[in-house]
Amino acid sequence: MATAPKEFRFGNFVASIVWLVFWIIIIVTLVVLPLIFVILFYVPLPYAGDEVLTPYLFFSMMVDPTRTVPIIDFLIHTDLFRAAIFPGFAYAAFIAAATIYIERKFLAKMQLRTGPFYAGRFEGILQLIADGLKLISKEVIIPSGADKPLFWATPIIFVATAAAATALIPVAPGWVASDLDVGILAIFAILGFFPLLALLFSWASNSKYPFIGGLRALHQLIAFEIPFILSALPIVLLSGSLNLSEMVESQYLFWFFAVAPISAFVFYISSLAELERVPFDLPEAESEIVAGWLTETSGMIYGLIQLGTYVKLYVLAALFVVLFLGGWMGPQIFPQELIPNYTGEKIYNATVVNGIFWFTLKTFGMIMLILLPRGINPRIRIDILLHTGWYKLIVLAFINIFIVLTLIYGGIITPGGLQ
Amino acid sequence: MSKEYDREFETKFQETTRLGLEVVKESEEDRLMTLSVGPQHPGSGHFRFTIKVDGDYIVYCDPDPGYVHRGEEKMSEYRNFIQNIPHLERPVIHDSTNITYSYSLAVEELLGIEVPRRGQFIRAIASELNRQVYTLYWLAIYGIFLGHSTMFMWPAGDRELFIDLLTALSGARVTHAYNIPGGVRNDAPNGFKEKCLQYVKYFEKRLVEYEDIFYNNPLFRQRTENVGILTKEDAINLGVTGSVLRASGIPYDIRKVEPYDVYDEIDFKVQYMKTCDSFARAYVPFLDMRESCNIIKQLLDKMPDSGEVRLKLQSNPKGQPGESYKRVESGRGALGYYIVSDGSPKPYRVKISVGSFRNILALPHLLIGSKLGDMPSIYWALNYWPVEADR
Repeated sequence: MATAPKEFRFGNFVASIVWLVFWIIIIVTLVVLPLIFVILFYVPLPYAGDEVLTPYLFFSMMVDPTRTVPIIDFLIHTDLFRAAIFPGFAYAAFIAAATIYIERKFLAKMQLRTGPFYAGRFEGILQLIADGLKLISKEVIIPSGADKPLFWATPIIFVATAAAATALIPVAPGWVASDLDVGILAIFAILGFFPLLALLFSWASNSKYPFIGGLRALHQLIAFEIPFILSALPIVLLSGSLNLSEMVESQYLFWFFAVAPISAFVFYISSLAELERVPFDLPEAESEIVAGWLTETSGMIYGLIQLGTYVKLYVLAALFVVLFLGGWMGPQIFPQELIPNYTGEKIYNATVVNGIFWFTLKTFGMIMLILLPRGINPRIRIDILLHTGWYKLIVLAFINIFIVLTLIYGGIITPGGLQ
Repeated sequence: MSKEYDREFETKFQETTRLGLEVVKESEEDRLMTLSVGPQHPGSGHFRFTIKVDGDYIVYCDPDPGYVHRGEEKMSEYRNFIQNIPHLERPVIHDSTNITYSYSLAVEELLGIEVPRRGQFIRAIASELNRQVYTLYWLAIYGIFLGHSTMFMWPAGDRELFIDLLTALSGARVTHAYNIPGGVRNDAPNGFKEKCLQYVKYFEKRLVEYEDIFYNNPLFRQRTENVGILTKEDAINLGVTGSVLRASGIPYDIRKVEPYDVYDEIDFKVQYMKTCDSFARAYVPFLDMRESCNIIKQLLDKMPDSGEVRLKLQSNPKGQPGESYKRVESGRGALGYYIVSDGSPKPYRVKISVGSFRNILALPHLLIGSKLGDMPSIYWALNYWPVEADR
């Protein structure tokens, strides 16, 4: 069936477009442009680096693209850019989005399925966008008797907390949004908030299953927080610092995984529990308590919590890389100069790009390792979980602490790196 | 609560009320939280049971079946013996050959006819294949109940092998209506024997992988071993059947105890375990699947290559007045039909005795005193199919 109207003439169609373009040109030249210049006359123009951002600069930048370099250089060194875009939230959210896609395909291959396939030309690569649009367009259902302000606020706080943790991760030399001297303590402090948020949300939902789920999240916190922190202690002893960037720099000779493999194992198991992933997905155990503390979520509230969860996954994978796998350290594979014999101002720094590359690669490897148990393990029971956390992991963590202390007092390794 | 405590509490209560404060006494009931599991709960099926939890322990359980009652028994009284087949298989569409098998056997006894030999073999093969389909479906759900998503996808995918074979036999994917009084509806197609053998051999390799990823998984063992103990005496007293009974250490299989059709010619072992726990109940169906592969191979080997598969009956067969009771070993245990005929083309009374309903009687016995986290593993290991129990 034709979709064109009955009286359709192509000439009329073209004429209407030309008529539209004519009026747009008239209005822009006579009204909009004078208005912009009038406003610009009264408003003080912002500075970017050494240059004033005028509309004329935009035209000159179109002619000579090298003029953009100082402005870009200025922008990427602002705190806002660091916190919001590159080492911070947007980068983490991008990795989170990639993780969701990779997880679905990876799990599907493990289970002899295809996974997302139809959205997007290649292997369902746009599935996440489709899912996001669906979640946005869905109605948010709030159960009767729910604590409405808390119910709305908790998912947003959840994402904000995850974003706060991303600000502490050093991605490349000098590339960290907030280079705290107590970085590792700050990260543990932030991660300790998540079970409390789960409990808060479950309380706000006013429902039985979320309540049980929230309590389970709290049990998980109690069981795994201590081995989690203890497993990072050997790294603090070895590097002699609580600063994450300094921890990475002190691994320039060898990765700390070589002397603290047991700690790395404890850290890995504890991060699975911290992330509520299989086999530690008790707070979301579907067949027992419907969806746990996420039972009453719908629409974008669910979407936000999922985003926060996957950003948290990135944070823990990145933290593992920083503590045990040498962070951004890796062989230099990028050339020192991108364009040979270019003498102007530069924003390309080979060391930084190399660091980002290795960091991202290692983080993705670690993310795959965190995703793996979902395909091969069932869920464990809460008493086994507490037993594992209290008896086994704490003991293992202490064993590695003693090994590291022996190495340091034996004079084999000097604290504060290997000087 | 002791009496002393009560007296102490009352004196305190009077003091506080004199001060103008309101005190609400905590009763034993206030500690409990009532949870309704089903029929919309992801861990229930078309079934509901109410549980009360004290902390993490279940202290009360009340099964409430009947959500999918369709009146199959009454419907059977208004249709003749042949017409009954398509609706009688509805309660367990995943095991539809077995549920019509015992019906056909009972009707054949009433009509006094005997099925041709090739027909008996094809019947037995179809019922073994269909038991595999059911057990795989059951295992898939057991996997996802324990949070093991791979164990959901693998059996659900491998189920297609047997569905393919049954489609080749009967022409339908799940509701086959293949067994009819007098034999099977049609003969097996050319090349069925080779195809079946090939599929079964592939499936035996897959069973090894199932064992590696699921049954030998330490986390799975931790969760199911020594959970939900159903002792031998309790199993007999509660009247459970099928894999649940065999997991309690009683080697009872209808195929061995009351061999029907060609099963007395087949050499097979009754698989049973003596640990009586949830793990045994999960593992016995798996062992049954492995044994079933052997049975299928033997049946294919001994099957006559040609011959009639169906005894020609008139379209509206009538038998002598009388009654008959026949049962077969279905995926969930003994599945029997008691049919009373008054000599007319329609049965006077049909009573279906299913394994599911007998197994679910053990649910409160096992759940009370166990942990909430064990609820899915205990419940689904009972090999219960809600729709079949409701009939």
